[in-house]
Order: sequence, then C-alpha cells, then structure tokens
Amino acid sequence: MRFYQVLLRLYPRSFRAEYETEMCALFAERRRATDGVGGRFALWAGAWADVMVNAAAAHWEILRQDLRYTVRALARTPGFAITAVFVVALGVGANTAAFSLADYVLLRPLPFPEPERLVKLWGGVPGYARIELSPADFRDWRAAAASFEAMGAYHNNQVNLVGQGEPERLDATSVTSDLLPILGVQPALGRLFTPADDQEGVGGTVLLSYGLWRSRFGGDARVVGRSLLLDGMPYVVIGVMPRDFHFPRREVALWTPIRFDAAAFEDRNNNYLQALGKLRPGVSLEEAQAELKVVTARLAREFPESNEHTGSNAYLLQDDLSQQARLLLLALCGAALCILLIACANLANLLLARAVARQHELALRTALGAGRERLVRQLVTESLVLALVGGAVGVLVAMAMFPLLGRLVPESLPVAGGPGLDLRMLAFAGLITGLTGIGFGVVPALRACRGTSLDVLREGNRAGGGRRQSLRAALVITELAVSVVLLVSAGLLIRALWRLRAVDPGFRAETVLTLRTALPMPKYAPTARRNAFYSRVLSEVRALPGVASAAYISFLPMAMTGGIWPVVMDGEPERREQNRVASLRYTTPGFFATLGIPVRRGRDVRESDTRESQFVAVVSESFARRYWPDADPLGRQFKFAFEERTVVGVVGDIMVRGPERTSEPQVYLPAPQVADSSIIFYAPQELVLRSSAEPGALLPAIREAVQRADPEQPISNVQTMGAIVADQTASRAVQARLLGALAAIALLLAGVGIHGLLSYTVSDRSREIGVRMALGARPRDIVGMVVGQGVRLAVAGVVPGVLLAYLAGRGLESLLASVRPGDAGTFLSVVALCLVMTTAGCFFPAWRAARLDPITAIKSE
Amino acid sequence: MPESTPSIDALLPLPPAAFHILLALADEDRHGYGITQDIAARTGGGVRLGPGTLYRSIQRMLEQGLLVETRQRPPLDDPRRRYYRITPFGRAVARAEARRLSDLVKLARAQGLAPARA
Repeated sequence: MRFYQVLLRLYPRSFRAEYETEMCALFAERRRATDGVGGRFALWAGAWADVMVNAAAAHWEILRQDLRYTVRALARTPGFAITAVFVVALGVGANTAAFSLADYVLLRPLPFPEPERLVKLWGGVPGYARIELSPADFRDWRAAAASFEAMGAYHNNQVNLVGQGEPERLDATSVTSDLLPILGVQPALGRLFTPADDQEGVGGTVLLSYGLWRSRFGGDARVVGRSLLLDGMPYVVIGVMPRDFHFPRREVALWTPIRFDAAAFEDRNNNYLQALGKLRPGVSLEEAQAELKVVTARLAREFPESNEHTGSNAYLLQDDLSQQARLLLLALCGAALCILLIACANLANLLLARAVARQHELALRTALGAGRERLVRQLVTESLVLALVGGAVGVLVAMAMFPLLGRLVPESLPVAGGPGLDLRMLAFAGLITGLTGIGFGVVPALRACRGTSLDVLREGNRAGGGRRQSLRAALVITELAVSVVLLVSAGLLIRALWRLRAVDPGFRAETVLTLRTALPMPKYAPTARRNAFYSRVLSEVRALPGVASAAYISFLPMAMTGGIWPVVMDGEPERREQNRVASLRYTTPGFFATLGIPVRRGRDVRESDTRESQFVAVVSESFARRYWPDADPLGRQFKFAFEERTVVGVVGDIMVRGPERTSEPQVYLPAPQVADSSIIFYAPQELVLRSSAEPGALLPAIREAVQRADPEQPISNVQTMGAIVADQTASRAVQARLLGALAAIALLLAGVGIHGLLSYTVSDRSREIGVRMALGARPRDIVGMVVGQGVRLAVAGVVPGVLLAYLAGRGLESLLASVRPGDAGTFLSVVALCLVMTTAGCFFPAWRAARLDPITAIKSE
Repeated sequence: MPESTPSIDALLPLPPAAFHILLALADEDRHGYGITQDIAARTGGGVRLGPGTLYRSIQRMLEQGLLVETRQRPPLDDPRRRYYRITPFGRAVARAEARRLSDLVKLARAQGLAPARA
C-alpha cells in the first residue's frame, strides 16, 4: 500500500488532495479481491500503467489551463509582456552571441588530433617575440630538440595557376614533408608528401585543397596524377586534402613541398620559416621551451654574428593568438555578462512589481479555494513562458548577429567559416533562460504568495511595501552601476578608435588604388626581366586618363609589416636588435609621389639607378636621425641587404606596422639594384597608383596593360589604400560598435528601471502625496520629492559604477591606444548621460505625482 | 466547481469511461468503488476502470457539470467515502450519447455489418 501511495505522488498535488484517500481505498479493495501471484502481478502492472497515463494527463490538463490563463493574463498587460520578452531576448541574445564567438575562437579545440601537443615555434630577438626561423636554424632546432616527436616548417606564398581557365592567383603554403603528418591529417584522395618530394631536382608535386579541387577540377577523382602549371612550372597533383582541413589559414588553396638548396642554409638572417612541433607524449610546453633555450644558446655561441641575440619562443598552437584579439573577445563576453545581469535585474524588477500588483488577485484566488501550490505553479508557468519566448527571440537575435561576429574571428585561425549556433550554445541559452525565468519568476511568486491572505484583500494595495521596495531600489542601483561600467568601457574604446583613426600614417591614402601582380619564379628571377615588366606596365598605366602617378613597390604599408633587415654601419658588427634594423622595400621611381610621402632631402630613386651605377638608398627621417643625428645624411654609406648603399634621399616616416605599433625606420632601394634570383621575396609586386578616376572604371584598362606586358600574368588583391588603412581598425570598429550598442541598451534598461520604480513609488504613495498636497505642499515640492528619489538612486548607482569602470578601464588598458583608463572626458560624458537618463526616467512619474488630485488620492483607499 | 456549462454537442462523443460512469449512476448515487463494481458487473468483468482513470474522469465530469458530489449516503456507510450523483444535464448528455451510438449501429446494420434487431 505504501508503494501505491508513493506512486500516487506522480499526480499533481491538487489532484492528490482531492482523491488520494479514495484512490487508496479503491486500490485496497481491489487488492483484497485479488489472489495468486499472477493476479497480484496483473494488479500492480495495471496500477502502474493507470498512474503513469493518468498522472501525465492530469499534469498536461493543468499545464493547458495555466497556459491559457497565462496567455490571457499577458494579453491583459501587453506592455509588461513585451518589455519582459524584450529584456530576456536581449540578455540571452547578447550572451549566446558573445559566448558562441568566444567558444569558437578561444575554447574550441583546434580541428587536429591531440591539439594540446601542437606547438608553434618562433625565434625571438630583443623587441620581437615572434620571428620566423631561417632554414639553418630550423634544421638545427629540429636536430637538437628532443622534446619534440616531430618538427615541420612552412611558409606562405602565392602562385599563379595557369592553364585551368582564367589565370588565377592562389594562396599556397610550402611545407616540409613532416608538417602535415604532425597535424594528423589524412588526404581525402591520393597521398601526402614524403621526404622524397623535398629533394632538389625531382619533379614538383602539389596537394590541392578540397575547395580548389571542387571549383577548378569539378571534384574529379582522376585529378591525382594530373599535371598543372604553377608559376609556369609543372607540378603533379598527388592528392586532395579533406574538406575541413585548413592550414595555416582558411584561404590556402594548395600545398607544395619546400625545397632547400644548399645556399638556403648559409644565411641565418634569412628568416622566413614558420615552425610547428609536436611534443613527445608526457613532455610539457615548459620543458620544451627550456630545451629550446639551451639549443638557441648553443647556436648563439657557435654563430655569434647572426645568432647572438636570437632566442626562442613556443606557444601552444591553440594559444598562438595575439593578446589583443583575446582581450577584445574577453571584453565582449564581459559586456554580454553585464547585459545579462542588467536584464535579470530588470526582469526581476518587472516580476516583483507584477507580483505586488497581483497580490490582490492571488489573495482572491486563494480565498476561492486555489491551493498555494496551484498558484505557484501558475506563476512559474507564466515566468517560463516569458523566458522561453524571450529566449527564442534572443537566439534569433544572436543568429542575426553571427555575420557581424564573423568579422571578429582572427584570420589566423585554421578553421573555416564563422561561429554558428551549435547544440551546446542552444543548451547554454536554454539554461540562462530557464534560470532567469525560474530565479526571478518563482522567488517573487513565492514571496507574493507567502503574504497572500485575507489581510491583503482588506488592506488593498498597500501591503508588503517596504522590503520589496528596497530590493527593487537595490536592483535599479545595480543596473545603473553596470551601465556606467559598460558606457565607460565603450567610451574608452571609441576614443581609442578615434585616436587611432586620427593618427597620421605618414602617407595620403585617399584616391590611391593598389593591386598585386606577383611575378612567378623562376620565370622572373632575372632582375632585368622584372624591370622590363615594371617599365612596360607603368608607362601604360601612367598614360591612363585620371592617373596622376604610379609605381611598383615590394610591399604595401600596413598590409605587410615584416621585411626587416639588419643595418650595418662602417666598422660595426651586424646586430639583429630592435634599434639596428630597418624595413626593406624595393621600389620604382614615383612611389613617394604616389603615396604623398614627402621627400625631405635629396631625391627619389631614378630609372638611372641600376646595377651598373652606384648602389643608392632613400631612407626615412627616423633612419637618418638614428644614425646621423647631427650630420647631413646625404652621401653617407651603410651596409644593407648585402651591399654598401649611399643615401641619396630622405623621406617622411610612414606607419609600416599600422597606427598601433612602432614601425622600424624605412629604407627604399631601387628595384634594379639587386642580383638575379637574390631575395626574390622582395621583388616589387604591388602596383600603386594615384588617380582621380573611379577604381572600377580604371581596372579593365590596367588589366589590359598587364596582359600586354605578360598575357599569363594574373592580377590579385585589388584594394584601395584607404581600405587597407581602414582595415587596421576594422575589428576595433566592430568591437566598439558592439560594445557601444550594448552600453546604450544597458542605459536604456536602467532608465526603464528607474522609471518603473518611481512610477510604482508614486502610485504606492499616492495617498501620502494626496495628504501632503491637502496640507499645502505645492506641486513643485512633490516633483522635488520624486526627482530627489531618482537622483538618490542615480548617485547610489553612478558612484560605485565609476569606481568599477575605472577598474574595467585598467583591465582594457592594452586596447586603449594610450587613452588613459581614467580619461576625464569619457567619465564626465558618462555621468552626464546617466543624469539625463535619470531625469528622463523621473519625468513622467513626477508629472503624474504633481497632477494628482488630493481628494481622489485620499479617497481611493 | 463547474466553470461554465458546455453544450451537449461539445461533449460528444463521450469517452467510454465517462459513458460507463453515467450509466452506473443512472439508477442510484454511488461511491467510486461502487461505480467500478457496477461497471464490472454490467459488462461481465469486461471493463475494469483503474483508480486513476476513474477519478480523473470524475474530476472532469464534475467540472463539466455531468455529476455532483452528494452528501446523502446510506446510514451505516464509511463517512470517508464520497458519493456522486448524475445531474439532469448528465442524463441529457448520456441520452444524446446513447442516441449517437444507436444511430451508428443503425448505419452499420444497413450495411450488413451488425446483426439485425432480434
């Protein structure tokens, strides 16, 4: 019998209260009438099925009633319903979006097996933590470091694919044969590289990305074994990589083996290899780092000329993101959590107010016989409905935000696409939603019900005021404080953005169009052939209508920040330190004019600067200042890029590394003054032109000019210089806009909170206000009373908010581009904004209070 | 506590359990166990309502106004037992359901799917 009673607990309590005794009696009589094991078994099986089916049906019945009731109740108060759904949607949406992004970028393991063993290896010199390795250093590291099971190297390049339709410029990566096995990847078709593919002199081999295979080869499985032309050289396709393999970046379309010739190992300053190691099982990152330190110390002793200051750095591949990208994301998550906090506070406030407003109704229903459990159940249903609808809207909001968020994913991440909604995120959103709904729906409901009695009916609306009122005030104060934190953080980031945008890059980006004609090697290895190409293209392009000037240069500022070489002065040893290097660019005449870089002394490079004439250099002002602070730099000599160079011109400095970082001094060399096949990485490939014509209108003519110079030469990376500069701050701009929007929403919610609380106070105290007015208080006094309460709330929220905001600003300091975390302008604006919001929130309640008719107010109770 | 009395048609077809309960109460007031006993006897043991089905049906029928609980009971009966009585509305609904069923049988008979009236 006890067991049957336990079973009956599955029924709703209200049903049990009504029928439990009867049902037990009925079951007991049945049991008495049953004998035999079989009969007993049938009785229990029947009872079990009876309870299961009917208990579920009884619950469903109540749920349906409650839902119907909820819909009616919410329809009666649409303002409340819409506000509540809006608030929940905001909190859930912001958090789902922010945490999807954070999960995608920071937490999700890389799509390779055992990602915790994959380590990115860098060289380091004073001032630079991430320097590529030279082939010789890589070879020695690989041979000496026992912490690693395997070590592979790669470098990115671009190749022209000709003969498969339009000539196309493709992103490619050259890899050593041990690199792909380290990543634990198997080809979808064919095979990976073997050490035999790395040998000099054997035929070229290539692996295609899945995307390239589908788009250029129609997904034909017979592609393996076919030959294709890359930069004019034949390569045999040996395989196709799987669909979701992306390394090192998403754009890479094919992989080729790295071939080192004997000369490659001679120059330890030729740093262009990125290295990836796989830790031996059981070896920690710290142990590996310590071992690399020993190896680099040995190399520094053996090769002091090149390696004296070369150290090593190793990061888990997973963590090889810039600190800044990480901090920006964490800031976004923090802001989203703030919004959730505010949303919860607001929802709690709304529900508390509603619970108070409904006390009368609840008391009435209790008096009519509804059990407390039924009432609570009803209120929970209501809160959950609000939370679920809000959550669903929130998820839609988050999904709508994903395209925008995709722009915050750092490009260096070897994963495809952008963040999407996955099941875990849906579960996360559901959890937040549920907790918000239950936490802030049930608690006020329980409190409201506890006070439910006939007293409430007798007392009218005035019961339960004080404590709940102070709870609501505390919630509003919290909202205000959090809004201040968000507003200040957003304000600081926006000021930092403005400051960065205002930084003079040293060149004029307006109306400058750039595009790349990356010349394939070895076809263009002879310097003279390259220069013939440049001359032909430039002479045609300069003749185009609207084109004021044009030039070729190795790399565009900001688009390529590397290319750093040691500078050697007479009688000094070569030192690869931060203050002994400069960024190297080969250029044709006209580059400075095209980019509006002022020539301060001397001249630009000239057509007549060839390998036969004196080797010259144009240097930037900071270069001249550093080496000849008190003397005329013109005519001075220094050793740079293998040759002794004479300074013939001094030009303004430019921000090669973008507005946020210090750039090395710049050295520009004439394009012809380099030996055949020497440092071809620096061969000018970027065409820049200043033009008053629309880029779109100009492009076909430029394309034709290039085609006439070399019909097989594709052009790529067409962009305006303005876009490149804007790109520098693009993710910051998205970030600032997102945070700004969140802050604005937070402020709005806080304003709604103040308004709600004061409105409630006014109606709660209408009788008191009536009495005061009857006793001679003027409307001005009443307004003062209401506004005074609003201002007290504002002060109580803003003061701790300002302190917290300062701490938040300190945390964001590295993102602030030298805007101080205590920036007075930002803080004052935020405080002023909060005051305006408070005033706006006070306005209607105060107005209503002032217009209260004392007689009606007193009589109404 | 009937919320509002629905129309007869809205209640048809009646769930079999509800129809049996109405039949059991047609001639006299009964308590829950009595109702199941009566139904079992009337159907030769073919229909045995479980406690859950019985009381959930009763709860709904009370809400629909088909039954009422009555305080009149035999003198020596267990005071904890609750007795139920059919209302005039309940009778009307039972009659309508019986008519609906017999119309159905007529249709079946016309198609030769049911035995002719004896």
